[in-house]
Amino acid sequence: MMAMPMESPITFTNVGKIRWWQRGIFASQTGYVLLALAVLLVIMHFASPYFFTQGNMQNVAKNFSFIAIATLGVTFVIITGGIDLSVGSMMCFSAMITSMVMTELSTPGSPAGALFVHMAADGKTVLANVPGLILLVSIVAGLGVALIAGLVNGFCIAVLGLSPFVTTLGMLSIVRGLGYVVSNGRGSFPGGPDADYFYAATSGDVLGVPVPFIYLVILALAMAVVLHHTSFGRHVFALGGNEKAAELTGIPGVRVKIEVYVICALAAGLQGIIISGWLGSAPANMATSYELNVIAAAVIGGANLAGGIGGPLGAIVGCVLLEVIRNGLVLAQVSSYWQQTLVGVIIILAVLVDRIRSRMN
Amino acid sequence: MAKTDATPVLELTGIGKEFGAIRALHDVDMQVCPGEVVGLMGDNGAGKSTLVKIIAGNFRPTHGEIRFAGSTVHFNRPVDARAVGIEVVYQDLALSDNLTAAANVFLGRELKRKFGPIALLDHKAMAARALELFGELRSETRPDDLVKQMSGGQRQAVAIARTRLSNARLVMMDEPTAAISVRQVEQVLGLIHRLKEQGVAVMLISHRMPDVFAVCDRVIVMRRGEKRADKPIHETSPEEVTALITGAKEAA
Repeated sequence: MMAMPMESPITFTNVGKIRWWQRGIFASQTGYVLLALAVLLVIMHFASPYFFTQGNMQNVAKNFSFIAIATLGVTFVIITGGIDLSVGSMMCFSAMITSMVMTELSTPGSPAGALFVHMAADGKTVLANVPGLILLVSIVAGLGVALIAGLVNGFCIAVLGLSPFVTTLGMLSIVRGLGYVVSNGRGSFPGGPDADYFYAATSGDVLGVPVPFIYLVILALAMAVVLHHTSFGRHVFALGGNEKAAELTGIPGVRVKIEVYVICALAAGLQGIIISGWLGSAPANMATSYELNVIAAAVIGGANLAGGIGGPLGAIVGCVLLEVIRNGLVLAQVSSYWQQTLVGVIIILAVLVDRIRSRMN
Repeated sequence: MAKTDATPVLELTGIGKEFGAIRALHDVDMQVCPGEVVGLMGDNGAGKSTLVKIIAGNFRPTHGEIRFAGSTVHFNRPVDARAVGIEVVYQDLALSDNLTAAANVFLGRELKRKFGPIALLDHKAMAARALELFGELRSETRPDDLVKQMSGGQRQAVAIARTRLSNARLVMMDEPTAAISVRQVEQVLGLIHRLKEQGVAVMLISHRMPDVFAVCDRVIVMRRGEKRADKPIHETSPEEVTALITGAKEAA
């Protein structure tokens, strides 16, 4: 065969190195959707003098953060080749449980309330025994129900082998139904002495930057590290790339799948809690059909529903693009009903451009 | 091949497998020595894949005994077989297209560095080790290239590098030359020579007569669940092997 001493380094005679613009972000859907977004921002700047004002930017940042955290979660699932349709319902249910637990714990005289609150000297004002504790417990409760729903999704899909589409479609209905059951269809409101902390932590801002946006940036950075620098992240990509191969190489496929559905449910739960802080309540029909926006944003940003491709940057770019379009239509005084139509066109366009690009290579 | 004095890495005695009333394998004895390349041939349904699956731990044999490096072993799952040093390179190669060559080589046994409680992937070390393995296999494969951009021969190299990583002592290759170009077949046969040089025993399951005669030291022919021939390659001919596979000649 090739007469070459063992010590000599390999020389690449017949394989050209792939050019920098043909790999990484430059060759991805995320890359050119980002480019499209930049172009759109420039157009918006010239189309409307209000677009690049501080107020509008804050508004845009806040609005896309409202779906972007859930999009990060669903991106994990999409990378493994799955789908989670229950995110919208999950947002509502977590938010509802959080505000119900908060209200319950803040009621003096209730069995649990005694541990957390006492009456002030005037006999009317309710004071917290430990400031912030009620908030903490209620958020943990809200995320707890999301965790359980995520575990059920993951168990059905990874262990019982049900299809992700059907399982999470069922979970969409189950969780939404449970929301109506626990609230009697009325929804719930955050209340009690910790409500101010709650609003500050969900819809406030730090030095003019909306809090949800800060959470989003932290979570996106964490996600980037997890996906690209841990073995869990690598296994997530491997499952989406070739599930059979992943199993044959001995990676714990069942565990990884359960974990991604739990991550997705937790992200949706957190997202719901944040939205309820902005709304000031958790109505029973909150976040209805948000799963479609979330999945659309992920797909526009370059996550491939066939699995194996996706990332936090793409998820955020997708959300920003959707929000800028929505915002732009409002500023341009176009009927907001056009938004949904345009979103659909963009989804198809983004996937189409990706198809054309991969044909050309 | 000076193999008579070495302990066989794999020794099967009286292996039989029944699926209900169907007898898939009957009384198969065979040995594979370190550094030996054994061709396993037979028509579809001859029992080749059942035999491979028994050795790889996918099935348990109904009868018989498997000895690995001198001691009796029982495999319940493929992981058990891998633990003692048996690796299978599957026909579809079991690679993740969306990952790099290095990521595929290390899939499921990533190298990590500890940062306090967090263990992060050690990309540099994995790329360096993968490059070293590709060097040993003399394959022109870049560790950072995505597998989907690779040729069939390079993909084989990645799959084989996986087996080198775990220091496998027996590598079974299922039809490695079935779906690739002539030039790449040369590369794959070269890879098999590299494994042999390093004292790894190789079982080559193949339909392609020229490949078997090019690299194997010995050929085993299966027919209707039984071993019909087990001969050093220089004592037989493609014509005889064909006759044994088709049943024109009963046994040799």
